Amino acid sequence: MARTLLQVRDLKIGATVYPPGEDPFDIEIVKGIDFDLEKGKVIGLIGESGAGKSTIGLAALAYGRGGVRITGGSVLLDGKDILRYTPAGIREVRGRHVCYVAQSAAAAFNPAIRLGDQVIEATLLHSIMGKSEAVERAKYLFGVLGLPEPETFGDRFPHQVSGGQLQRAMTAMALCPHPELIVFDEPTTALDVTTQIDVLAAIKNAIEETETAAIYITHDLAVVAQISDDIMVLRYGETVEYGPVEQIVEAPKEQYTRDLISIRSDIKPEAPDQSGALLRLEHIDASYGEGAQVLFDVSMHLPHGQTLAVVGESGSGKSTTARVITGLLPPSNGQVIFDGQPLPPALKDRSKEQLRELQMIYQMADVAMNPRQTVQEIIGRPLTFYYGLKGEARRRRVTELLDLIEMGDPFADRYPAELSGGQKQRVCIARSLAAKPRLLICDEPTSALDPLVAEGILKLLLELQEETGVSYLFITHDIATVRAISDSIAVMYMGRVVRFGPKSKVLNAPFDDYTDLLLKSVPEMEIGWLEKALASRKMAAAGN
Amino acid sequence: MSLFVFGYFALLIAGSSLAAYYERRDVFGVLFTVTLASLIFGLIWGQTAFWAVTIIAIMLAAAGGLGYSFRAYMVMLLPDKAARFMKSAPVTASFGLLVIIITLLLAIFADLVAPFGERAIVGDVWQAAGTACSGRNPFGQVIDGECLLGTDNLGRDMLSRLIYGAQTTISVAAAAGVLSFAIGMFLSFTAAAVGGWVDQVLSRINDLMLAIPTLIFALVVLAALPQNVYILVAVMATIDQTRVFRLGRAVAIDIAVQDFVEAARLRGEGWFWIIFREILPNVLTPLIAEFGLRFAFAILFLSSLSFLGLGIQPPEADWGGMVKDNKDGIIFLVPAALYAGAAIATLAVCVNMVVDWLLNRTASLKGGRG
Repeated sequence: MARTLLQVRDLKIGATVYPPGEDPFDIEIVKGIDFDLEKGKVIGLIGESGAGKSTIGLAALAYGRGGVRITGGSVLLDGKDILRYTPAGIREVRGRHVCYVAQSAAAAFNPAIRLGDQVIEATLLHSIMGKSEAVERAKYLFGVLGLPEPETFGDRFPHQVSGGQLQRAMTAMALCPHPELIVFDEPTTALDVTTQIDVLAAIKNAIEETETAAIYITHDLAVVAQISDDIMVLRYGETVEYGPVEQIVEAPKEQYTRDLISIRSDIKPEAPDQSGALLRLEHIDASYGEGAQVLFDVSMHLPHGQTLAVVGESGSGKSTTARVITGLLPPSNGQVIFDGQPLPPALKDRSKEQLRELQMIYQMADVAMNPRQTVQEIIGRPLTFYYGLKGEARRRRVTELLDLIEMGDPFADRYPAELSGGQKQRVCIARSLAAKPRLLICDEPTSALDPLVAEGILKLLLELQEETGVSYLFITHDIATVRAISDSIAVMYMGRVVRFGPKSKVLNAPFDDYTDLLLKSVPEMEIGWLEKALASRKMAAAGN
Repeated sequence: MSLFVFGYFALLIAGSSLAAYYERRDVFGVLFTVTLASLIFGLIWGQTAFWAVTIIAIMLAAAGGLGYSFRAYMVMLLPDKAARFMKSAPVTASFGLLVIIITLLLAIFADLVAPFGERAIVGDVWQAAGTACSGRNPFGQVIDGECLLGTDNLGRDMLSRLIYGAQTTISVAAAAGVLSFAIGMFLSFTAAAVGGWVDQVLSRINDLMLAIPTLIFALVVLAALPQNVYILVAVMATIDQTRVFRLGRAVAIDIAVQDFVEAARLRGEGWFWIIFREILPNVLTPLIAEFGLRFAFAILFLSSLSFLGLGIQPPEADWGGMVKDNKDGIIFLVPAALYAGAAIATLAVCVNMVVDWLLNRTASLKGGRG
């Protein structure tokens, strides 16, 4: 039997909240968590935002972020309670025995120092090995993690490498001092799927190679199923379910876990008739300023009352396409045809009626609403602006819209900061519906949300489509979402449409190379998927 | 060694030990610094230094107590909603508010409060504080009385002139401040929201004005134009708005690229709505802070202009002018100039203490009106 490395017992973490104008009060963020971690094993912590998973992960370093206090329980590392250590003692533990990989590597690296120096910094600080030895180890780790040119990779600055490479460099930094435990805090959440699979494989490989134990924090069950031995499902700071990965994925006991697993399994059938178009893009070219061209000959169309999903990685031109349609970026070539009429290319030339028929929902609901306006003002403004509603009539319509998005009247006088992420997005939807548009452009409306909340938003959008007959242009990078809600799909890559057609055609063979790669990179809720996906990739590479 | 010195050090050391024991770092830091500083200054100046520290401490404690009680009083008197707002005021802000209210009341009711007239000669030049003098009161009657703060360089009552000076100084500085903010904010938001060549033209003109030293600019313009208080306010506002413009544009440009402004543009909103309803509420925080600072600068700028003879014209009283008139007295140990200087400093500090509190309010994410 392997040695137990980390024992967490009845861990309680709290914080004090200071609401303006009221007396401060204490809240409990983590309410008594227990788990064990053996040497060389990986435990996955999974839950929605606010579940306390990052807080628990940092507690393994005896660290509380931004006013968070560890209020009770014990964290035994090798049998010693690190919560009782002195500040000097805990410094010996951090960076030597326990290391941390942050979610956003781009923000966590110092942009002014070369990667190699940052990777070996903790190792040198703790005098674990000499400089030349540390540099050799860093190069070895760069190799293990599959980074290009391991010999010279360390000479680069953070801005000279891609996001996925930076995330792997951060993993190398954590692995460098031979730690016994690494805490991964959502290391792949900010990455594209095609990059995510590389980073996942690299991390898994490195953990196996170095026999390090790890705590892997994520909100994506499919990801954690690939990498961990045990999974703990968290909600509101409490354990929902804790067990080996096979049991959690194949035979979950709790309803909440089952909900997480079955997410987006119901799929909307595609509309049979896809002729006739509400929106049609014809050979659009676009560029920012005098600079590089971003869109090349983009054509697609969207029938009445249906959903067109635009899929692609970041930088593929999805959002630029939306900007062209809304008139924020007039195209240099081609035209946008709305309901048979060409739309004026620039926003300022469009009529109020044209603007009303075309509304937009943003990815970040919290910056898409003025933080100084109440929900009532936010939803009410389009009513006044387009329909001249005032006073009681406007108030009634706002209540109707709030009911439509399943929130209700009590929310009318709240400010955006007083809403949850899902509620914010619902208010944004209500604001756009207030204009009674015919086309709604949804720019990644669910990608900043937790899976269950996102599920709720998607359901709401589908219901609204049935009720009002509005068409959606749905921009996303998430294939599961596309599969669930679209009628037709446009796959974009490097500013071009590489594949366009009805859902059944686009998602089934024969594939072009890029769509094939994209589809195969989407993690599936199946143990051993990662190995299979990599194997099929290698075979394809060997075949070429 | 007197009993006072023993008591003084015993209190300080006991206080710092207690603070250290209860881990109140801030209190400990202050107390122990004072202890060490007293040791050093005590060696140089003897017991006087300890008395000075004691008196300052008592005055600060009195100010704190006054602020605390004033807040409690306001909470008791005001209606429910305003009381909740007042409750969030720190002691400093509450004290600042009290001083501002008192100053405003004094300025408004100057004729009733001032013992002598603004221009009345009531005694000899630079009489000491508390000496007897006689002259016309604000209603023209000749009365005998006492000059509480002594007389100025022409033998006028210092206290009465301070009270009348509050009238001119506050009204001119406030008018110039408000006007400069109105102009600066409107122009800067237009530049930030509209962008393009409008931004270029406005920003370059602003740069041009910034390139000319303020005082020289004001001197040339004021010398050319007729001398009255409206022109003075307008010139001060025009010069000051360049600073407001720079700050306003910088903060507004951050807001103007946010999604909610884009959403408003996509809705087809006009510039007026975007500037005043979308951008303005979100940039108030830094601008209010700037206003507190600018108000203090406006008082000082007004004093410099008065000093050069282009600001408030004598015999009308204003604080900056009074500092200038009485500055020569300082070499003869006449503190008259210092009273006016203290008045400027107190008002500036108090305004900023209140502004700090308002800042915390508007910075809150609850829409700042909670």
